[in-house]
Amino acid sequence: MSKVMVAMSGGVDSSVAAALMLEQGHEVVGVTLRLWGGESDSGCCAISDVDDARRVCDELKIDHHVFNMSDEFDNHVVNPYVSSHAAGLTPNPCIECNRHIKFDLLHHRVQALGFDRLATGHHARIITQPDGTHYLARAIDTSKDQSYVLYMLDQKKLAILDLPIGDLTKEQVRDLATKLNLRTATKPDSQDVCFITREHGRNDFLRKRIPLTPGRVIDTTGAEVGSVEAVEMVTIGQRKGMATAGGTDPRYAIDVDVPNATVTVGKPEDLLVDSMPVKDCVWANQPTSGSVLVQISAHGKPMEATLKDNNVYWAEPQRRVAPGQAVVFYSDNKVLGGGMAC
Amino acid sequence: MTYLDHAASTPTRPEVVEAMMPWFTQHPGNPSGAHQQAREARRAVDEARDAVAALVGADSSEVVFTSGGTEADNLAIDGVLRSKGGTPICSATEHPAVLEPVRDSGGIVVPTDEAGQISLEALAETLNSIDNISLISAMTANNETGVINPITDIAELLEERFPSTYLHTDAVQATAWMDLAKYCEGAHLISITGHKFGGPKGAGALIIKKGVPFLATQRGGGQERERRSGTQNVPAIVGLGKAAQIMMSEREILSARVTDLRNQLEEKLIALIPDTFRTLPAESNRTPQIAHLCFKDVESESLLFLLEQEGIAASAASSCASGAQQVSHVLQAMGIDYEKASGSIRLSLGWTTTEEEINHALNVIPQAVTQLREYSK
Repeated sequence: MSKVMVAMSGGVDSSVAAALMLEQGHEVVGVTLRLWGGESDSGCCAISDVDDARRVCDELKIDHHVFNMSDEFDNHVVNPYVSSHAAGLTPNPCIECNRHIKFDLLHHRVQALGFDRLATGHHARIITQPDGTHYLARAIDTSKDQSYVLYMLDQKKLAILDLPIGDLTKEQVRDLATKLNLRTATKPDSQDVCFITREHGRNDFLRKRIPLTPGRVIDTTGAEVGSVEAVEMVTIGQRKGMATAGGTDPRYAIDVDVPNATVTVGKPEDLLVDSMPVKDCVWANQPTSGSVLVQISAHGKPMEATLKDNNVYWAEPQRRVAPGQAVVFYSDNKVLGGGMAC
Repeated sequence: MTYLDHAASTPTRPEVVEAMMPWFTQHPGNPSGAHQQAREARRAVDEARDAVAALVGADSSEVVFTSGGTEADNLAIDGVLRSKGGTPICSATEHPAVLEPVRDSGGIVVPTDEAGQISLEALAETLNSIDNISLISAMTANNETGVINPITDIAELLEERFPSTYLHTDAVQATAWMDLAKYCEGAHLISITGHKFGGPKGAGALIIKKGVPFLATQRGGGQERERRSGTQNVPAIVGLGKAAQIMMSEREILSARVTDLRNQLEEKLIALIPDTFRTLPAESNRTPQIAHLCFKDVESESLLFLLEQEGIAASAASSCASGAQQVSHVLQAMGIDYEKASGSIRLSLGWTTTEEEINHALNVIPQAVTQLREYSK
């Protein structure tokens, strides 16, 4: 029996994760992180989610605590998200939250408070090899797989982490929640970025925090063919809003130049590249090179490539990846590590 | 369980519970009614009114029962403004129940000194420079640190130089420890609540001295002499009255006992744990029940977690609606830096606190701080 802290968001996945850890005979305490102090889809400070987590803990008869990490969330997630956009990058705040909040601050607190293990409701699996090393693998339910957003987990983090629902499909998770009479059994999955509301959206969020720059749209010959409201909001590969007057072919953003307020559009083939540089790579065990599968978005299709000296050489030309996006390396279903497109 | 969170809420005294019980089980009357049962309820409420009036040095007719401290504070500010208009002032260390209505009505929040006390100079300056300040709200004792505001001095300042400005004081945290009849004599409005001094939750009072311009905010049947409508919470008001009576006879002895226990706790923790600081300057004038300490390189949230595991209930700053601890606006207003503030806890004592509880805390807290410091980054 271990002493386990379960990170509970108030959703069905982490509710069932807590129930499963309890069923395995561990001493379990539920913890909800208060991260975003502003407006959210579930009310100010996401209070109703905290309440759901608290009530699930009551149902499971385990203690529940709320940890306020909102300052750290602002510093490590929200502010960098805003400044990345200001620099024309495409940030993934969920990954930064995992990196800095859940698997750093909380991981640290788990140990400081005398717990043996941390469990979360992520859809991914941790597999321990005969030599004692651990690796992160895709969830059984590949449509819900979250291994991409967990690529930063190293041996130290994996060693005390449990992902109890990684072996279940989403349907099985909900069935279990129903069977256990948990109030979150039918709660809809959370969507998108927790600090951006559906009602106001990303543009409004950024507009309140940074000046958005109207920009011109040019084609590959340099001819001006249109305009955009905010260059900071354009992502490489984006098609929406890129149609040119009178043009019939689909156009894609192939370059975003924030300092010069210019977006270059082109044909799909203009996006294709043979290789891409990556930076800030972290590894599950040790640095890897050679043949890998590469995934460049949360539910993107893994593509074959060769990894060498912080460069990804595609087996077949691929569309450019927006700078700032996470690039995750797999071998089969196993996460080797990842970095950031640059 | 070692309960060191009396400033959040005190255990209800058994005599209070006993006094309340018949008003749940035997007497159904509504005090506004005309029959025998109603008159009984009315009498019980008025006896409680007498007890509260005696406790704060007011006339019974000046006591308006409310649902608690927050309602009393809101009512004091909104009630005076509705009648008289003008601008309210408070200091940055007030309870949100005062800060929010002051801000909402376009009021002025003045800074405090490093102990969190309102500065008389800043107050006089604001009163001199801004016309039509109708109300000042200054808490008797702070809910986080226990620091005491110079209510008598403020009252004198107003009487001498600004006679058309009224003074409200939130005495919620002071009631168990200070002679309000004497200390708050010059205040025109006083808020108290039962559950901070052995009474039940859900019953408080606003004292509105005669002649203070006032218009009710909660309207309806005109109970409480048209100053607060709504059927009185008879059992809770009876409990509040009983608690007030007990305070009258026990306050001095209790204060002496708790001061002694608090000083032991504070001094020993400072001696036992390196890098431990008093949040308030040592010579501050403060109530006896609160030990507020900062532990370097410790997060208060983690410390409270470990204390709870060892059976000690305490708190850090204020809790937000989600239940998370947040860095205190009081400590911020005192100019305490973030690092220090985020490692502070409030240990608050009360009428049930025993020497065993203090010894328990003295055993557990040093160990917990050591454990957290081993892991601190």
